[in-house]
Amino acid sequence: MPRYVLRRLGFLLLTLLLTSSIIFAITQVLPGDVARVILGREAGEAALNSLREELGLNDPLPVQYLRWLGNFVQGDWGESFSTRTEVRPLVQQRLGNSLMLAAVTLGIAVPVGIALGVIAGLNENTWVDSVVNVSALSVVGLPEFVTGILLIEIFAFRLGFFPANSSIRPGTNFVEALPMLILPALTASLVLLGYISRMTRVGVIGEISKPYVRTARLKGLSRWSVTYRHVLRNALMPTITVIAISFGWLISGLIVVENVYNYPGLGRLMLFAIDRRDLPLLQAVAMLAVLAFAFANLAADLFYAYLNPKIRLQ
Amino acid sequence: MIPALSVEDLTVKYRNGPGPVTAVREVSLEIQPGEVHGLVGESGSGKTTLALAVMRHLPEQAVITSGSIRVDGQELIGLSPERLRPIWGSQIAMVPQDPLSALNPTLRIGKQLSERFEALSRSDARDKAIELLEMVQIADPARVARSYPHQISGGMQQRVMIAMALSAEPKLLILDEPTTGLDSTTEAVVLDLIRELMRARQTATLYVSHSLGVIAQFADRLTVLYASELVEHGSKMDLFENPLHPYTCGLLDSVPRLGENKREIQLRSIEGRIPSLEDLPSACVFAPRCPVVIDICQETRPALEGAGATRQVRCYRWEETRAGEIDPRQPPAPPPLERPTIAETALQIENLEVRYDQPRSLAEWLRRSPRQSVRAVDNVRLTIRKGETLGLVGESGSGKTSLAQAVVGLVDSAEGRVELFGAELPTQIKHRDRETLSRLQMVMQNPDEALNPYLTVGQSLSRPLALLRGIHSEEEVRRLLEGVRLPPEYADRYPAQLSAGEKQRVAIARAFAAMPGLVLLDEPVSSLDVSVQASILNLLNRLQTEHGTSLLLISHDISVVGYMSETVGVLYLGQLMELAPSENLFDPPYHPYTEALLSAIPLLDPKATQERVRLRGGIPSSLEPPSGCPFHTRCPRFIGDICIEQTPPWQEDKTGKRIFCHIPVSDLRREQGQVFAMRKRE
Ligand code: SF4
Ligand code: SF4
Repeated sequence: MPRYVLRRLGFLLLTLLLTSSIIFAITQVLPGDVARVILGREAGEAALNSLREELGLNDPLPVQYLRWLGNFVQGDWGESFSTRTEVRPLVQQRLGNSLMLAAVTLGIAVPVGIALGVIAGLNENTWVDSVVNVSALSVVGLPEFVTGILLIEIFAFRLGFFPANSSIRPGTNFVEALPMLILPALTASLVLLGYISRMTRVGVIGEISKPYVRTARLKGLSRWSVTYRHVLRNALMPTITVIAISFGWLISGLIVVENVYNYPGLGRLMLFAIDRRDLPLLQAVAMLAVLAFAFANLAADLFYAYLNPKIRLQ
Repeated sequence: MIPALSVEDLTVKYRNGPGPVTAVREVSLEIQPGEVHGLVGESGSGKTTLALAVMRHLPEQAVITSGSIRVDGQELIGLSPERLRPIWGSQIAMVPQDPLSALNPTLRIGKQLSERFEALSRSDARDKAIELLEMVQIADPARVARSYPHQISGGMQQRVMIAMALSAEPKLLILDEPTTGLDSTTEAVVLDLIRELMRARQTATLYVSHSLGVIAQFADRLTVLYASELVEHGSKMDLFENPLHPYTCGLLDSVPRLGENKREIQLRSIEGRIPSLEDLPSACVFAPRCPVVIDICQETRPALEGAGATRQVRCYRWEETRAGEIDPRQPPAPPPLERPTIAETALQIENLEVRYDQPRSLAEWLRRSPRQSVRAVDNVRLTIRKGETLGLVGESGSGKTSLAQAVVGLVDSAEGRVELFGAELPTQIKHRDRETLSRLQMVMQNPDEALNPYLTVGQSLSRPLALLRGIHSEEEVRRLLEGVRLPPEYADRYPAQLSAGEKQRVAIARAFAAMPGLVLLDEPVSSLDVSVQASILNLLNRLQTEHGTSLLLISHDISVVGYMSETVGVLYLGQLMELAPSENLFDPPYHPYTEALLSAIPLLDPKATQERVRLRGGIPSSLEPPSGCPFHTRCPRFIGDICIEQTPPWQEDKTGKRIFCHIPVSDLRREQGQVFAMRKRE
């Protein structure tokens, strides 16, 4: 197991290195001259040049990359072109928001999705299975803004359970934020539910016909023990990967949901950065997105190894 | 006495496909407490369905349409899964065929053994698991209890399954081919264990097997199923000594027995194919293949008649058979043509060594550490003369498949020299010219993998004809089919329309299409049903004599190898242990490993006697092969440090047998008796 963890960590570092260079490269080829973006259209050539020199924009690209990476690792993420403030506090605060939303979303989607998947899988090809499948698929098919608007209409306007606007202020803690998190989390959950439940269903169906399940049943174990102790552990392995990928999406890809609810998460910040050609901000957000994906995958791999002795005992 | 199991008029149908298909038709059987009942049948006979029906654990599409199943007097038919649960936990238990897939890969062995005892505390449960493992003679029970299934050997896994089944103290134990996946030396040890446990516990047992040898050694009574139908039923002695049903006769005749050779005995094969369940013959299911079929057999289904107090048979002519008025046996294959022995050498292998490189991890690659490699074949030298057969026998890990692949050119690198008709063979197949390719052909174990499913039989056969011999003629394709006894219209069929035996015939026809000098046969019959095996073996022998072809036959089955070959090589961990003319293979002196192999085969004669030589432990990993003599870790005749430190010499006795061992042949001959004795059949 220690070797396995080390190997995974090694892969993680390599991935990060590779993606960071890609992020750097892409932000370089984006059209537009940084110096001009900062100084505005009227700036003279001399001023532009001196700013370029100051920012190191005249150095060769690899040097710029290494400098940028070194700074990033040390926590110096630069200054935003558009807000003229430090990038780091801004991004960190948004990351905190995204993490809160992701936690609530997964808290809803994972148990419900797995439960639905198990129920469907155990009742393969019966009406129960069809009901679960059809409803899961129809929800996944709806765009998030449709489900979002629907949820707002029902729970915010008609019933008044939750606020329609989730624009939490900086520094709000989790408990205070929770009511505002429910609706966006529900909207995102609806997307994930379908994936998680379908994956679990396939896993359960795949496992349940295996001979070891027959062994367990013929031992005289109850249906519950057979499902819980034998089937689930093996059936959930593919689901874990889906959850890890979902986590990455929740951190940085939740643009539509964040927009519908006016939620200040990383997704919207990224959109903002792209809009303003704000390179330092964009780089920081993109790096965080990659980090979130990479760590979620690492966690999935480790959990997978924990469940699967063939990997754990290598 | 209440029978432990009583099945009456059981009929099971499958509902998949267009109409219901009968898999078990009106079968009755009874097992008394303490009795071992053998259930013999080939694929499609319904034996597995019957066993699962008795467990009341049939697949969803299968339905029991009539009959009764009583275990210890209690009717199982009609019970809901909830009511069955306590019966599974305590009355019936089953040991399945493949232990690895029957164990949960993610739970420790101890947990899987003890979870049935839900009331036990943690430490009591652990003790219980250890106690169960001790019962099945596992040497280090505490360690095994902590292990996961993939960490222990196949033999151990099967012991765990046996322990698990017996832990319920069942009234009825079902063993479903429990040793089929194991190597023969491991199988022998597991069979000993089963026998011992059953004697001690007097558990009624239903032993399902396709292997007549195992049944001959184990069962008290037996039932023979053929194509869903019970054809004969009686005590083991009755059935083995005086089979009354033509199918039983055919089955007993269609496998070579240990010690037989094609020079002395011609196999009687059951011609034709096993009928598919979708379209069973309407009257007697065996009629299309029966040598003594009469008109009524094709009109009305024969009844199961009593042929003595405890014996039943489903055949119109059993009385004539018993009286000796008719011979229900299949005709023997004609004896092979005498052919002059030619001293020409077909294949010569000198010091062959095959290694497989292990993949390196990223870290190893960065550190530039050398590649680890496994030695699959080591120091093998052998010669096949023209027109002769050399058989290689070995268990898993013996390197027999690697050796075959080296000869056909499917390994990346091999040391040593391989010559085909005097010309050195390039290691890789891509460096071999067309003529070499046509001189060396191969028939694989699984014809499904060998035949392209999208080509008709005719297309499959005309390709090597065109490619290797430049012949484009349908006439030649027809001749090839006739050579393997398939009707010409088969040229237009696709592999999916053929039975397994027919596919293997096509594969053989294709190999012989190139007019090869040497054909390599890798387990050519082990995926086939018993009743089809003999016809394939006869076919190979006939083609060999017709064309003067040399054969290199590779198999795990020493009976088949001994029957087919002029010379037999015994492989262990990639090295030859013994090379013997087949007429001397079965007599002492033996290499200690051969001795163990011969003693491990369940003999096809209930009155046979056999020494008991058993091997400890499993086959060592070829990553770290033992030093000195590769067999020293398990050798029952181990003589001390010399076996560990020095490579044994090749010794030759006066019959031409060559043995790779430190013990002088004269000593071996003095110490070894005949390992087994079996009556000869005529
Ligand atoms: S009933 Fe007829 S066809 Fe069937 S086995 Fe007996 S003799 Fe052969
Ligand atoms: S050399 Fe030693 S270990 Fe090897 S077979 Fe002979 S006696 Fe056994």
